[in-house]
Amino acid sequence: MSDTTTRTPTRTYRNYAHPLWRRILFTREMAIIALLVLVVIYASATVRGFGSPITFTYLILDVTPILLIALPMTLVIITGEIDLSVASVVGLSSVVVGTLTQAGWPIALVFLTALVVGAIGGAINGFLITVVGLPSLAVTIGTLALYRGLAVGLLGTTAVTDFPEYWTALAKSRFVGTSIPAIIVPFLILAVIFAVLLHFTPFGRGIFAIGLSSDAATFSGVHVARTKFILFVLTGLVSAFAGIYYTLRFGSARGDNATGLELSVIAAVLLGGVSIFGGRGALHGVIAGVLLIGVLGSALRLANITSDVINIITGVLLVLSVVASSLLAFLRTRRQKPKAATPVTAG
Amino acid sequence: MSTTHSPSERPREPGEPTLVLRRVAKSFGQVVALASADLTVHAGSIHALVGENGAGKSTLVKIVAGLYTRDSGDFELAGESVNFTSTAESKAAGIAVIYQEPTLFPDLSVTENLFMGRQPVSRFGRIDRKAMRAEALRLFERLAVRIDPDRPAEGLSIADQQILEIAKAISLDARLLIMDEPTAALSGVEVDRLFAIARSLRDEGRALVFISHRFDEVFALCDTITVMRDGRYISTDDIAAVTAEEIVRRMVGRDVSDLFPKQETTIGDVLLNVTGLSSPGVFSDITFTVRSGEIVGLAGLVGAGRSEIARAVFGVDPYTAGTVTLGGTRVPPNSPTAAMARGMALVPEDRRKQGLVLESSVARNTTLSIRRTLAKAGIITSGFENAAAAIWASRLEVKTSALDSEVGTLSGGNQQKVVLAKWLATNPRVLIIDEPTRGIDVGTKAEVHRLLSELAGRGMGILMISSELPEVLGMADRVLVMREGRLTADLPRAEATAEAVMLAATHPGGAADAHTGTPNEAVAS
Repeated sequence: MSDTTTRTPTRTYRNYAHPLWRRILFTREMAIIALLVLVVIYASATVRGFGSPITFTYLILDVTPILLIALPMTLVIITGEIDLSVASVVGLSSVVVGTLTQAGWPIALVFLTALVVGAIGGAINGFLITVVGLPSLAVTIGTLALYRGLAVGLLGTTAVTDFPEYWTALAKSRFVGTSIPAIIVPFLILAVIFAVLLHFTPFGRGIFAIGLSSDAATFSGVHVARTKFILFVLTGLVSAFAGIYYTLRFGSARGDNATGLELSVIAAVLLGGVSIFGGRGALHGVIAGVLLIGVLGSALRLANITSDVINIITGVLLVLSVVASSLLAFLRTRRQKPKAATPVTAG
Repeated sequence: MSTTHSPSERPREPGEPTLVLRRVAKSFGQVVALASADLTVHAGSIHALVGENGAGKSTLVKIVAGLYTRDSGDFELAGESVNFTSTAESKAAGIAVIYQEPTLFPDLSVTENLFMGRQPVSRFGRIDRKAMRAEALRLFERLAVRIDPDRPAEGLSIADQQILEIAKAISLDARLLIMDEPTAALSGVEVDRLFAIARSLRDEGRALVFISHRFDEVFALCDTITVMRDGRYISTDDIAAVTAEEIVRRMVGRDVSDLFPKQETTIGDVLLNVTGLSSPGVFSDITFTVRSGEIVGLAGLVGAGRSEIARAVFGVDPYTAGTVTLGGTRVPPNSPTAAMARGMALVPEDRRKQGLVLESSVARNTTLSIRRTLAKAGIITSGFENAAAAIWASRLEVKTSALDSEVGTLSGGNQQKVVLAKWLATNPRVLIIDEPTRGIDVGTKAEVHRLLSELAGRGMGILMISSELPEVLGMADRVLVMREGRLTADLPRAEATAEAVMLAATHPGGAADAHTGTPNEAVAS
């Protein structure tokens, strides 16, 4: 008997059970992307003004905070956790930017401080969840209220609006001769970073393993607590960045900025095919999910449909997408039956 | 009840056939789980169903239980053709399946679990707790067991959980009981109790199917035996008419002459050195070494603290005192990554929860432990993973349709090979392996044993925890024995007899003797 662990491999394996086109086309992400394309085509053809460049510009400007926060949120949800405090970090970051600008701090230091505050907010979440061991749902419901309270407490009901015009203009600026907002550049950089982190690094492999089986991940040398802690800090950091953008975009720092945004972010992430139970999801699906919600909202508003109805439509869409994926799984198991019913004598 | 188990001493008239399966087939997509299965079980008899993992036993059970529907073939219950589409239908028809690890509601009481979903109702639609409790006590009395009906199900031993399931089956008046590897996690006394219950159920005229990998149990308990291989029926015999060797030969389709291929190896320097390891309430003052080329067996009863030591040494669990060194360098506590970096690997006890990410692919599982070294400039792709996984899957002869198949769809033996592949890929110097062959088939067992021998032969130090005494005695160069959180014996291969190990594992006084004296003294005490 030859040596099992050193002999040359004799068996060969197929890498994939299905051909490439099936692995690309038959995914939840692809379904959302297809739906997005259909909605864009249909809205461009039927809704007056939807196809105009200015609509595109404002659509992007409006969904950017959700797009930004959805990136780290996807990673957090894939580990099986959740962060509900993101919108409050946006508000807190906005207030920090407002008060420090008013106090005459140099703008670079103002932004840096806001980012540090966001990272600290995320680290507090991460500490309570990974070191103290509390469930993230409970922790971030608490810090949602805490950070929002701090934000409102710091600035009261007033708003700071006197920002340097260079910066407020930059937040809304477009590339010369196009309708593409400049904010898309930092978003794309972050999107690439998070996509690589999630799908092409050992750290990302750990994230998926944690979401599917925290125990097995621990036994395989994945730093479960450290990974989650890092993700909560990243979420705080990106939320603070979104807060800076939000403040400049509207030229207004208020304690109640972006209230309720966390639910839009989570809805978009789930619509994008991420499993709320963890372990499954892809970033391109999430980006399509955010854009789908944004495009629908924009098209419906242009068609003079009230925001209550828009909420109902996005809500129904979210429920349907969850139902559809379980329906698909159900049909897949049913479909195997007639195939298997043929006599199996060879074998 | 008779205490003799020899089948020849209890000539029996088999009753009417309770269950008849003929040419039953079942496929999942392209994978044929059952090609043609036959099984006839008579009332008033215990029928053994044996076969390697992947032979189709579980699929067969799931068809009978109503979890799967068959593609073709006949399925008759007491002479009538049946077609179950749900477990509820199968239960209503009098079929009960007792799984290896029953699933109970941990926070509910024993009685509430027993009557879940069919609570007796008194006037005004209220649950009749009194009647429920009385019925539970009556059932336990009939089974001659003592379980407090009011205690919560949480913390019940697996043996008691199984008995709860059996009690449920009896209260539903099940005529066919299927026990799927019920003894895998039971101690000797618990097995005896389970067998006594099984025999009394048989004598009441019920039909029982007993699935097990342990031949001594099959031969002690069963009246007839059916062998399956590769989804097909092979043979059915009266148990007295066949030998264990013959059954094994039919199961694997070849002779397994050497289940424990122990190689003689040169034992080298100390690799793993554990000194004074303690964790309050779990284990205390554990000191031992594992040398290069040495297989050290760690024996003891379930619950003696063996797996806990393995987890602490590897850094998954904390400990309060003691040190672990590997090759002379200190292994810091609480860090599996640090242990891995120093050349330690742990194949854990619970393959499905700790060993594998079941919903992830074969390739991802195989490479999870080496994901950092596999990355180039911090980037890892499916291509890297598939290439590495293909090498290890091939060396260990993992049977899978593709590398991106979910590992949870493989048979138990192949899952264990993936766990081994994952750890051998890290190129460890010390391998801790906890229950290397639990719940895997005879053929794969021999492969795993051969692999362990080879690894030791090439200088790896192996700490093997096992509840199967033949495995420990057959494979180990040295046997450590634990009882209630303490090491009670350190026996060289020549002195490690079944008696000496069991004495040190069970007997408070036997500890000191086994530690210092010869096995003869240990046995005599």
